[in-house]
Amino acid sequence: MIEIRDLHFKYHSQTDEVLKGVNLKIKKGEFVSIIGPSGCGKSTLCLTLNGIIPKTISGQFSGDVIVDGMNTKEYEVSEFSKKVGMILQNPESQLFAMTVEEELAFGPENLAVPREEIEDRISWALSIVNMENKRDEFPGNLSGGQKQRIAIAASLTMMPEILVLDEPTSQLDPIGKREVFSVLQQLHKEEKMTIVLVEHRTEPIAELSDKVVVMDNGAIVLQGSPRVVFEKVPILRELGIMVPDISYLTYLLKEGGYVKDIALTVEEARRLFI
Amino acid sequence: MKAIEIDDIHFAYPESDEILNGVSLDVKKGEFVSLVGQNGSGKTTLAKHFNGLLRPNKGKVIILGEDSKNFSIAELSRKVGHLFQNPENQIFEETVFSEVAFGPKNLGLSEVEIKERVDRVLKITRLSKYRDTHPLSLSGGEKQRLALASVSVMEPQILVLDEPTTGLDLLSIQGILDIVKELHNRNVTVFLITHDMGLVSELSERVVVMERGQIIGDGTPREIFANDELLTRASLEPPQIMKFSKMLGLNPEVKVDALYKRIVEAL
Repeated sequence: MIEIRDLHFKYHSQTDEVLKGVNLKIKKGEFVSIIGPSGCGKSTLCLTLNGIIPKTISGQFSGDVIVDGMNTKEYEVSEFSKKVGMILQNPESQLFAMTVEEELAFGPENLAVPREEIEDRISWALSIVNMENKRDEFPGNLSGGQKQRIAIAASLTMMPEILVLDEPTSQLDPIGKREVFSVLQQLHKEEKMTIVLVEHRTEPIAELSDKVVVMDNGAIVLQGSPRVVFEKVPILRELGIMVPDISYLTYLLKEGGYVKDIALTVEEARRLFI
Repeated sequence: MKAIEIDDIHFAYPESDEILNGVSLDVKKGEFVSLVGQNGSGKTTLAKHFNGLLRPNKGKVIILGEDSKNFSIAELSRKVGHLFQNPENQIFEETVFSEVAFGPKNLGLSEVEIKERVDRVLKITRLSKYRDTHPLSLSGGEKQRLALASVSVMEPQILVLDEPTTGLDLLSIQGILDIVKELHNRNVTVFLITHDMGLVSELSERVVVMERGQIIGDGTPREIFANDELLTRASLEPPQIMKFSKMLGLNPEVKVDALYKRIVEAL
Protein backbone atom coordinates (compact mmCIF):
# COMPACT_ATOMS: atom_id res chain seq x y z
CA MET A 1 0.00 0.00 0.00
CA ILE A 2 2.88 2.33 0.86
CA GLU A 3 6.47 1.99 -0.22
CA ILE A 4 9.17 4.42 0.86
CA ARG A 5 12.53 4.11 -0.88
CA ASP A 6 15.71 5.81 0.31
CA LEU A 7 13.87 8.94 1.39
CA HIS A 8 15.90 12.01 2.31
CA PHE A 9 14.44 15.37 3.26
CA LYS A 10 15.80 18.68 4.54
CA TYR A 11 13.63 21.70 5.40
CA HIS A 12 14.87 24.93 3.80
CA SER A 13 15.23 26.57 7.20
CA GLN A 14 17.48 23.85 8.63
CA THR A 15 21.04 22.78 8.01
CA ASP A 16 20.66 19.04 8.68
CA GLU A 17 18.48 16.49 6.97
CA VAL A 18 15.42 15.46 9.01
CA LEU A 19 15.07 12.20 7.09
CA LYS A 20 18.34 10.46 6.26
CA GLY A 21 17.50 7.51 4.03
CA VAL A 22 14.24 5.95 5.18
CA ASN A 23 13.08 2.65 3.65
CA LEU A 24 9.72 1.26 4.69
CA LYS A 25 6.96 -0.95 3.29
CA ILE A 26 3.45 -0.91 4.67
CA LYS A 27 1.00 -3.60 3.55
CA LYS A 28 -2.68 -3.07 2.87
CA GLY A 29 -4.65 -3.39 6.11
CA GLU A 30 -1.55 -3.24 8.31
CA PHE A 31 -1.51 -1.28 11.57
CA VAL A 32 1.92 0.34 11.84
CA SER A 33 3.07 2.36 14.84
CA ILE A 34 6.01 4.75 14.69
CA ILE A 35 7.88 5.66 17.85
CA GLY A 36 11.03 7.64 18.61
CA PRO A 37 12.37 10.66 20.53
CA SER A 38 11.31 14.24 19.66
CA GLY A 39 12.98 15.48 16.53
CA CYS A 40 13.64 11.98 15.16
CA GLY A 41 11.68 12.76 11.99
CA LYS A 42 8.46 10.84 12.65
CA SER A 43 6.10 13.79 12.07
CA THR A 44 8.00 14.76 8.92
CA LEU A 45 7.67 11.19 7.68
CA CYS A 46 3.87 11.41 8.16
CA LEU A 47 3.75 14.54 6.00
CA THR A 48 5.41 12.67 3.14
CA LEU A 49 2.60 10.09 3.06
CA ASN A 50 0.05 12.39 1.41
CA GLY A 51 2.44 14.47 -0.67
CA ILE A 52 2.32 17.58 1.56
CA ILE A 53 6.07 17.05 1.53
CA PRO A 54 7.42 17.82 -1.09
CA LYS A 55 4.41 19.49 -2.80
CA THR A 56 3.21 22.03 -0.22
CA ILE A 57 6.18 22.16 2.12
CA SER A 58 9.19 22.26 -0.12
CA GLY A 59 12.77 21.50 0.76
CA GLN A 60 15.51 19.21 -0.43
CA PHE A 61 13.74 15.97 -1.26
CA SER A 62 15.13 12.78 -2.74
CA GLY A 63 13.93 9.19 -2.91
CA ASP A 64 10.40 7.91 -3.56
CA VAL A 65 7.16 7.62 -1.66
CA ILE A 66 4.67 5.43 -3.49
CA VAL A 67 1.14 5.36 -2.14
CA ASP A 68 -1.23 2.85 -3.73
CA GLY A 69 0.91 2.79 -6.86
CA MET A 70 1.18 6.59 -7.16
CA ASN A 71 4.50 8.35 -6.68
CA THR A 72 3.83 11.43 -4.53
CA LYS A 73 6.26 13.48 -6.65
CA GLU A 74 4.09 13.02 -9.72
CA TYR A 75 0.63 13.92 -8.39
CA GLU A 76 -1.03 16.87 -6.69
CA VAL A 77 -1.79 16.79 -2.97
CA SER A 78 -5.54 16.85 -3.75
CA GLU A 79 -5.21 13.44 -5.42
CA PHE A 80 -4.08 11.98 -2.13
CA SER A 81 -6.76 13.63 0.02
CA LYS A 82 -9.12 10.85 -1.08
CA LYS A 83 -6.63 8.12 -0.26
CA VAL A 84 -4.91 9.29 2.90
CA GLY A 85 -6.70 10.78 5.90
CA MET A 86 -4.46 12.77 8.24
CA ILE A 87 -5.21 13.37 11.94
CA LEU A 88 -3.03 15.67 14.04
CA GLN A 89 -2.31 16.13 17.73
CA ASN A 90 -4.75 18.90 18.48
CA PRO A 91 -8.28 18.21 17.20
CA GLU A 92 -9.28 21.86 17.62
CA SER A 93 -6.95 22.86 14.81
CA GLN A 94 -8.96 20.65 12.44
CA LEU A 95 -12.53 21.58 13.40
CA PHE A 96 -14.19 24.73 12.05
CA ALA A 97 -17.89 24.13 11.23
CA MET A 98 -20.91 25.09 13.34
CA THR A 99 -22.29 21.55 13.61
CA VAL A 100 -20.83 18.07 13.56
CA GLU A 101 -22.86 17.31 10.45
CA GLU A 102 -21.47 20.28 8.50
CA GLU A 103 -17.98 19.36 9.63
CA LEU A 104 -18.40 15.87 8.21
CA ALA A 105 -20.08 17.04 4.99
CA PHE A 106 -17.33 19.53 4.12
CA GLY A 107 -14.85 17.12 2.52
CA PRO A 108 -17.23 15.13 0.31
CA GLU A 109 -19.15 18.30 -0.70
CA ASN A 110 -15.92 19.67 -2.10
CA LEU A 111 -15.49 16.50 -4.12
CA ALA A 112 -19.02 17.00 -5.47
CA VAL A 113 -20.21 13.71 -4.04
CA PRO A 114 -24.02 13.32 -4.57
CA ARG A 115 -26.15 14.43 -1.63
CA GLU A 116 -27.56 10.97 -0.76
CA GLU A 117 -24.11 9.48 -0.72
CA ILE A 118 -22.82 12.24 1.56
CA GLU A 119 -25.69 11.39 3.88
CA ASP A 120 -24.71 7.71 3.86
CA ARG A 121 -21.08 8.51 4.48
CA ILE A 122 -21.90 10.79 7.43
CA SER A 123 -24.11 8.16 9.07
CA TRP A 124 -21.47 5.49 8.55
CA ALA A 125 -18.62 7.68 9.90
CA LEU A 126 -20.62 8.71 12.95
CA SER A 127 -21.53 5.11 13.72
CA ILE A 128 -17.86 4.09 13.58
CA VAL A 129 -16.80 6.76 16.06
CA ASN A 130 -19.91 6.00 18.09
CA MET A 131 -21.28 9.55 18.04
CA GLU A 132 -24.58 9.30 16.14
CA ASN A 133 -26.30 11.29 18.87
CA LYS A 134 -24.01 14.34 18.42
CA ARG A 135 -24.89 15.06 14.82
CA ASP A 136 -26.37 18.52 15.46
CA GLU A 137 -23.95 19.47 18.23
CA PHE A 138 -21.55 22.45 18.01
CA PRO A 139 -18.06 20.83 17.91
CA GLY A 140 -16.77 23.36 20.45
CA ASN A 141 -19.07 21.86 23.09
CA LEU A 142 -17.55 18.39 22.83
CA SER A 143 -14.92 16.87 25.13
CA GLY A 144 -11.36 16.44 23.84
CA GLY A 145 -11.87 12.76 23.04
CA GLN A 146 -15.13 13.49 21.23
CA LYS A 147 -13.49 16.28 19.19
CA GLN A 148 -10.74 13.94 18.10
CA ARG A 149 -13.32 11.29 17.16
CA ILE A 150 -15.13 13.90 15.05
CA ALA A 151 -11.84 14.81 13.35
CA ILE A 152 -11.42 11.10 12.55
CA ALA A 153 -15.03 10.85 11.31
CA ALA A 154 -14.49 13.92 9.11
CA SER A 155 -11.58 12.24 7.38
CA LEU A 156 -13.54 8.97 7.08
CA THR A 157 -16.21 10.71 4.98
CA MET A 158 -13.53 11.07 2.29
CA MET A 159 -13.41 7.25 2.24
CA PRO A 160 -9.60 7.07 2.59
CA GLU A 161 -7.80 3.77 2.37
CA ILE A 162 -5.08 4.90 4.75
CA LEU A 163 -5.36 6.82 7.99
CA VAL A 164 -2.25 8.59 9.31
CA LEU A 165 -2.42 9.83 12.91
CA ASP A 166 0.31 11.95 14.52
CA GLU A 167 0.06 11.58 18.31
CA PRO A 168 -3.74 11.82 18.21
CA THR A 169 -4.19 11.31 21.96
CA SER A 170 -1.32 13.26 23.50
CA GLN A 171 -3.61 16.14 24.53
CA LEU A 172 -6.43 13.91 25.77
CA ASP A 173 -7.32 12.61 29.23
CA PRO A 174 -7.35 8.84 29.88
CA ILE A 175 -11.02 8.43 28.93
CA GLY A 176 -10.46 10.38 25.69
CA LYS A 177 -7.37 8.25 24.91
CA ARG A 178 -9.33 5.04 25.39
CA GLU A 179 -12.15 6.29 23.14
CA VAL A 180 -9.80 7.15 20.29
CA PHE A 181 -7.80 3.91 20.52
CA SER A 182 -10.94 1.82 20.49
CA VAL A 183 -12.07 3.62 17.29
CA LEU A 184 -8.68 2.83 15.72
CA GLN A 185 -8.95 -0.79 16.74
CA GLN A 186 -12.37 -1.01 15.10
CA LEU A 187 -11.18 0.67 11.89
CA HIS A 188 -8.33 -1.80 11.70
CA LYS A 189 -10.20 -4.99 12.63
CA GLU A 190 -13.57 -4.39 10.98
CA GLU A 191 -12.98 -1.88 8.19
CA LYS A 192 -9.57 -3.39 7.35
CA MET A 193 -8.14 0.08 7.03
CA THR A 194 -4.38 0.67 6.76
CA ILE A 195 -3.32 2.70 9.81
CA VAL A 196 -0.10 4.59 10.50
CA LEU A 197 0.07 5.83 14.09
CA VAL A 198 2.76 8.01 15.65
CA GLU A 199 2.58 7.43 19.38
CA HIS A 200 5.01 7.58 22.27
CA ARG A 201 3.25 5.40 24.82
CA THR A 202 4.08 1.76 24.25
CA GLU A 203 1.07 0.17 25.99
CA PRO A 204 -1.44 0.99 23.23
CA ILE A 205 1.18 0.20 20.57
CA ALA A 206 1.67 -3.27 22.03
CA GLU A 207 -2.06 -3.90 22.02
CA LEU A 208 -2.95 -2.51 18.61
CA SER A 209 -0.12 -2.79 16.11
CA ASP A 210 0.97 -5.41 13.63
CA LYS A 211 4.29 -3.67 13.17
CA VAL A 212 6.38 -1.20 15.19
CA VAL A 213 8.88 1.15 13.57
CA VAL A 214 11.48 2.79 15.82
CA MET A 215 13.08 5.98 14.50
CA ASP A 216 16.06 7.91 15.74
CA ASN A 217 17.88 10.82 14.18
CA GLY A 218 16.11 10.66 10.81
CA ALA A 219 16.42 6.93 10.25
CA ILE A 220 14.66 3.71 11.12
CA VAL A 221 16.71 1.84 13.72
CA LEU A 222 14.39 -1.10 14.43
CA GLN A 223 11.26 -2.55 12.88
CA GLY A 224 9.18 -5.66 13.32
CA SER A 225 6.28 -7.09 15.27
CA PRO A 226 5.74 -5.55 18.73
CA ARG A 227 7.12 -8.75 20.26
CA VAL A 228 10.35 -8.60 18.27
CA VAL A 229 10.85 -4.86 18.86
CA PHE A 230 9.89 -4.71 22.54
CA GLU A 231 12.35 -7.48 23.37
CA LYS A 232 15.21 -5.09 22.57
CA VAL A 233 14.88 -3.41 25.94
CA PRO A 234 18.45 -2.03 26.22
CA ILE A 235 18.39 -0.38 22.75
CA LEU A 236 14.98 1.15 23.44
CA ARG A 237 16.03 2.46 26.86
CA GLU A 238 18.91 4.26 25.25
CA LEU A 239 16.37 6.09 23.06
CA GLY A 240 14.23 6.92 26.09
CA ILE A 241 11.56 4.42 25.07
CA MET A 242 10.10 2.41 27.92
CA VAL A 243 8.38 -0.83 26.91
CA PRO A 244 5.08 -1.59 28.69
CA ASP A 245 5.65 -2.59 32.33
CA ILE A 246 4.31 -6.08 31.67
CA SER A 247 6.79 -6.54 28.79
CA TYR A 248 9.64 -5.28 30.97
CA LEU A 249 8.69 -7.63 33.80
CA THR A 250 8.52 -10.64 31.47
CA TYR A 251 11.76 -9.51 29.80
CA LEU A 252 13.50 -9.64 33.20
CA LEU A 253 11.93 -13.05 33.90
CA LYS A 254 13.04 -14.32 30.50
CA GLU A 255 16.61 -13.10 31.09
CA GLY A 256 16.53 -14.93 34.42
CA GLY A 257 15.40 -18.10 32.65
CA TYR A 258 12.00 -18.21 34.38
CA VAL A 259 9.78 -17.81 31.29
CA LYS A 260 10.27 -18.53 27.59
CA ASP A 261 8.88 -15.38 26.01
CA ILE A 262 8.05 -11.75 26.70
CA ALA A 263 4.41 -10.71 27.01
CA LEU A 264 2.73 -7.72 25.36
CA THR A 265 -0.37 -7.70 27.53
CA VAL A 266 -1.32 -8.78 31.04
CA GLU A 267 -3.45 -11.58 29.55
CA GLU A 268 -0.45 -12.91 27.60
CA ALA A 269 1.69 -12.77 30.72
CA ARG A 270 -0.88 -14.86 32.57
CA ARG A 271 -0.67 -17.54 29.90
CA LEU A 272 3.11 -17.75 30.37
CA PHE A 273 2.46 -18.98 33.89
CA ILE A 274 -0.14 -21.66 33.15
CA MET B 1 4.38 21.68 60.91
CA LYS B 2 2.18 20.73 58.02
CA ALA B 3 2.83 22.13 54.55
CA ILE B 4 -0.83 22.29 53.54
CA GLU B 5 -3.98 22.03 55.63
CA ILE B 6 -7.29 22.26 53.83
CA ASP B 7 -10.35 22.30 56.02
CA ASP B 8 -13.73 21.60 54.41
CA ILE B 9 -13.42 24.02 51.51
CA HIS B 10 -16.20 24.72 49.04
CA PHE B 11 -15.75 26.56 45.77
CA ALA B 12 -17.97 27.59 42.87
CA TYR B 13 -17.52 30.16 40.14
CA PRO B 14 -20.31 32.77 40.21
CA GLU B 15 -23.62 31.33 39.07
CA SER B 16 -22.39 27.81 38.44
CA ASP B 17 -22.41 24.51 40.30
CA GLU B 18 -19.94 23.82 43.08
CA ILE B 19 -16.64 22.48 41.77
CA LEU B 20 -15.28 21.65 45.22
CA ASN B 21 -17.83 20.47 47.69
CA GLY B 22 -16.24 19.88 51.03
CA VAL B 23 -12.57 19.04 50.55
CA SER B 24 -10.30 18.41 53.55
CA LEU B 25 -6.67 17.42 53.16
CA ASP B 26 -3.44 17.55 55.17
CA VAL B 27 -0.05 17.36 53.50
CA LYS B 28 3.07 16.95 55.64
CA LYS B 29 6.24 18.90 54.94
CA GLY B 30 8.49 17.03 52.53
CA GLU B 31 5.74 14.68 51.37
CA PHE B 32 5.31 13.69 47.69
CA VAL B 33 1.60 13.55 46.95
CA SER B 34 -0.05 12.70 43.63
CA LEU B 35 -3.56 13.89 42.86
CA VAL B 36 -5.49 11.83 40.32
CA GLY B 37 -9.02 11.82 38.91
CA GLN B 38 -10.84 12.48 35.67
CA ASN B 39 -11.01 15.87 33.94
CA GLY B 40 -13.57 18.01 35.71
CA SER B 41 -13.14 16.24 39.05
CA GLY B 42 -11.74 19.43 40.63
CA LYS B 43 -7.99 18.70 40.79
CA THR B 44 -6.76 21.95 39.23
CA THR B 45 -9.35 24.01 41.10
CA LEU B 46 -8.13 22.53 44.38
CA ALA B 47 -4.46 23.21 43.57
CA LYS B 48 -5.22 26.83 42.64
CA HIS B 49 -6.26 27.37 46.28
CA PHE B 50 -2.73 26.65 47.53
CA ASN B 51 -1.23 29.85 46.14
CA GLY B 52 -4.32 32.04 46.40
CA LEU B 53 -5.19 32.06 42.70
CA LEU B 54 -8.60 30.99 43.96
CA ARG B 55 -10.08 31.64 47.38
CA PRO B 56 -12.63 29.27 48.91
CA ASN B 57 -16.27 30.34 49.33
CA LYS B 58 -16.26 28.43 52.60
CA GLY B 59 -13.61 26.63 54.66
CA LYS B 60 -9.94 27.26 55.40
CA VAL B 61 -6.66 26.95 53.52
CA ILE B 62 -3.62 26.93 55.81
CA ILE B 63 -0.21 27.06 54.15
CA LEU B 64 2.89 26.37 56.25
CA GLY B 65 0.93 26.98 59.41
CA GLU B 66 -0.69 30.28 58.45
CA ASP B 67 -4.16 31.02 57.16
CA SER B 68 -3.79 31.88 53.49
CA LYS B 69 -6.50 34.55 53.64
CA ASN B 70 -3.96 36.79 55.41
CA PHE B 71 -1.65 36.72 52.39
CA SER B 72 -1.71 38.12 48.87
CA ILE B 73 -1.08 35.93 45.82
CA ALA B 74 2.40 37.49 45.56
CA GLU B 75 3.24 36.49 49.11
CA LEU B 76 1.82 32.99 48.70
CA SER B 77 3.66 32.45 45.42
CA ARG B 78 6.96 32.70 47.30
CA LYS B 79 5.91 29.74 49.41
CA VAL B 80 4.05 27.79 46.74
CA GLY B 81 5.52 27.40 43.24
CA HIS B 82 3.02 26.45 40.56
CA LEU B 83 4.00 24.84 37.25
CA PHE B 84 1.22 24.77 34.69
CA GLN B 85 0.56 22.36 31.85
CA ASN B 86 1.54 24.62 28.98
CA PRO B 87 5.01 26.15 29.53
CA GLU B 88 4.56 28.79 26.80
CA ASN B 89 1.96 30.53 28.94
CA GLN B 90 4.63 31.16 31.54
CA ILE B 91 7.34 32.49 29.25
CA PHE B 92 7.67 36.18 28.39
CA GLU B 93 11.29 37.40 28.61
CA GLU B 94 13.92 37.72 25.84
CA THR B 95 16.58 35.39 27.20
CA VAL B 96 16.58 32.28 29.35
CA PHE B 97 18.62 34.11 32.00
CA SER B 98 16.27 37.07 32.32
CA GLU B 99 13.26 34.76 32.28
CA VAL B 100 14.57 32.93 35.33
CA ALA B 101 15.86 36.15 36.95
CA PHE B 102 12.46 37.86 36.73
CA GLY B 103 11.06 36.44 40.00
CA PRO B 104 14.17 36.96 42.16
CA LYS B 105 14.47 40.57 40.88
CA ASN B 106 11.01 41.23 42.21
CA LEU B 107 12.09 39.86 45.58
CA GLY B 108 14.58 42.77 45.75
CA LEU B 109 17.65 40.52 45.90
CA SER B 110 21.09 41.95 45.04
CA GLU B 111 22.57 41.49 41.51
CA VAL B 112 25.12 39.03 42.88
CA GLU B 113 22.53 36.98 44.70
CA ILE B 114 20.26 36.92 41.66
CA LYS B 115 23.05 35.74 39.39
CA GLU B 116 24.09 33.08 41.85
CA ARG B 117 20.55 31.74 42.27
CA VAL B 118 19.76 31.76 38.55
CA ASP B 119 22.99 30.02 37.59
CA ARG B 120 22.44 27.35 40.23
CA VAL B 121 18.91 26.65 38.97
CA LEU B 122 20.00 26.65 35.31
CA LYS B 123 22.57 24.03 36.23
CA ILE B 124 20.01 21.79 37.97
CA THR B 125 17.65 22.10 35.02
CA ARG B 126 20.53 21.52 32.54
CA LEU B 127 19.87 24.82 30.77
CA SER B 128 23.18 26.58 31.46
CA LYS B 129 24.22 26.41 27.81
CA TYR B 130 21.04 28.26 26.79
CA ARG B 131 21.64 31.14 29.22
CA ASP B 132 21.51 33.78 26.46
CA THR B 133 19.09 32.01 24.11
CA HIS B 134 15.58 33.24 23.33
CA PRO B 135 13.18 31.07 25.35
CA LEU B 136 10.78 30.51 22.46
CA SER B 137 13.49 28.84 20.38
CA LEU B 138 13.77 26.00 22.91
CA SER B 139 12.15 22.57 22.36
CA GLY B 140 8.98 21.54 24.24
CA GLY B 141 10.88 19.66 26.92
CA GLU B 142 13.41 22.49 27.36
CA LYS B 143 10.62 25.06 27.69
CA GLN B 144 9.02 22.98 30.40
CA ARG B 145 12.41 22.75 32.18
CA LEU B 146 12.71 26.54 31.86
CA ALA B 147 9.28 27.05 33.39
CA LEU B 148 10.33 24.69 36.19
CA ALA B 149 13.57 26.69 36.63
CA SER B 150 11.59 29.95 36.92
CA VAL B 151 9.40 28.39 39.58
CA SER B 152 12.16 26.74 41.59
CA VAL B 153 14.47 29.80 41.56
CA MET B 154 11.99 31.34 44.03
CA GLU B 155 12.93 28.48 46.37
CA PRO B 156 9.34 27.64 47.22
CA GLN B 157 8.78 25.15 50.03
CA ILE B 158 5.81 23.69 48.19
CA LEU B 159 5.83 22.81 44.50
CA VAL B 160 2.58 22.20 42.62
CA LEU B 161 2.94 20.49 39.23
CA ASP B 162 -0.22 20.46 37.13
CA GLU B 163 0.18 17.76 34.46
CA PRO B 164 3.79 18.77 33.80
CA THR B 165 4.47 15.99 31.29
CA THR B 166 1.50 16.30 28.89
CA GLY B 167 2.63 16.28 25.28
CA LEU B 168 6.31 15.72 26.11
CA ASP B 169 8.34 12.78 24.84
CA LEU B 170 9.87 10.28 27.21
CA LEU B 171 13.37 11.76 27.43
CA SER B 172 11.87 15.17 28.23
CA ILE B 173 9.58 13.63 30.84
CA GLN B 174 12.59 11.92 32.40
CA GLY B 175 14.41 15.28 32.45
CA ILE B 176 11.54 16.95 34.33
CA LEU B 177 11.22 14.06 36.78
CA ASP B 178 14.92 14.04 37.64
CA ILE B 179 14.67 17.70 38.62
CA VAL B 180 11.50 17.16 40.63
CA LYS B 181 13.13 14.24 42.46
CA GLU B 182 16.15 16.39 43.27
CA LEU B 183 13.93 19.18 44.67
CA HIS B 184 12.01 16.61 46.70
CA ASN B 185 15.30 15.32 48.12
CA ARG B 186 15.94 18.88 49.31
CA ASN B 187 12.77 18.57 51.37
CA VAL B 188 10.48 20.47 49.02
CA THR B 189 6.87 19.30 49.38
CA VAL B 190 5.68 18.11 45.96
CA PHE B 191 2.06 18.03 44.86
CA LEU B 192 1.71 16.39 41.44
CA ILE B 193 -1.49 16.40 39.37
CA THR B 194 -1.31 13.75 36.68
CA HIS B 195 -3.19 11.22 34.57
CA ASP B 196 -0.13 9.01 34.29
CA MET B 197 -0.56 6.11 36.71
CA GLY B 198 2.98 4.94 35.92
CA LEU B 199 4.41 8.22 37.25
CA VAL B 200 2.20 7.98 40.30
CA SER B 201 3.43 4.50 41.18
CA GLU B 202 7.04 5.36 40.52
CA LEU B 203 7.28 8.67 42.35
CA SER B 204 4.73 9.24 45.03
CA GLU B 205 4.42 8.10 48.59
CA ARG B 206 0.77 8.98 48.67
CA VAL B 207 -2.07 9.17 46.15
CA VAL B 208 -5.21 11.25 46.60
CA VAL B 209 -8.18 10.46 44.34
CA MET B 210 -10.79 13.07 43.45
CA GLU B 211 -14.20 12.63 41.89
CA ARG B 212 -16.91 15.27 41.47
CA GLY B 213 -15.37 17.82 43.77
CA GLN B 214 -14.63 15.46 46.61
CA ILE B 215 -11.75 13.31 47.81
CA ILE B 216 -12.81 9.68 47.53
CA GLY B 217 -9.50 7.94 48.20
CA ASP B 218 -6.23 8.62 50.02
CA GLY B 219 -3.41 6.10 50.53
CA THR B 220 -0.16 4.61 49.22
CA PRO B 221 -0.08 3.75 45.50
CA ARG B 222 -0.31 0.05 46.47
CA GLU B 223 -3.40 0.61 48.59
CA ILE B 224 -5.15 2.80 46.03
CA PHE B 225 -4.42 0.71 42.96
CA ALA B 226 -5.47 -2.50 44.74
CA ASN B 227 -8.91 -1.01 45.41
CA ASP B 228 -10.93 -1.94 42.32
CA GLU B 229 -14.15 -0.42 43.56
CA LEU B 230 -12.47 2.96 44.11
CA LEU B 231 -10.74 2.87 40.70
CA THR B 232 -14.02 2.13 38.94
CA ARG B 233 -15.73 5.02 40.72
CA ALA B 234 -12.98 7.39 39.58
CA SER B 235 -12.78 5.76 36.09
CA LEU B 236 -9.09 5.01 36.57
CA GLU B 237 -7.25 2.10 35.02
CA PRO B 238 -5.02 0.11 37.43
CA PRO B 239 -1.36 -0.19 36.34
CA GLN B 240 -0.47 -3.43 34.50
CA ILE B 241 1.78 -4.63 37.32
CA MET B 242 -1.03 -4.30 39.86
CA LYS B 243 -3.43 -6.23 37.60
CA PHE B 244 -0.87 -8.96 37.03
CA SER B 245 0.17 -9.38 40.68
CA LYS B 246 -3.50 -9.86 41.58
CA MET B 247 -3.97 -12.35 38.74
CA LEU B 248 -1.10 -14.42 40.11
CA GLY B 249 -2.63 -14.26 43.58
CA LEU B 250 0.49 -12.53 44.94
CA ASN B 251 0.64 -9.54 47.25
CA PRO B 252 -0.45 -6.45 45.29
CA GLU B 253 2.52 -4.56 43.85
CA VAL B 254 2.80 -1.53 41.56
CA LYS B 255 6.51 -1.58 40.67
CA VAL B 256 8.18 -3.96 38.23
CA ASP B 257 11.18 -4.73 40.50
CA ALA B 258 8.97 -5.48 43.49
CA LEU B 259 6.76 -7.90 41.54
CA TYR B 260 9.82 -9.49 39.90
CA LYS B 261 11.19 -10.29 43.36
CA ARG B 262 7.88 -11.76 44.52
CA ILE B 263 7.55 -13.96 41.44
CA VAL B 264 11.11 -15.25 41.74
CA GLU B 265 10.54 -16.02 45.44
CA ALA B 266 7.28 -17.80 44.66
CA LEU B 267 8.95 -19.91 41.97
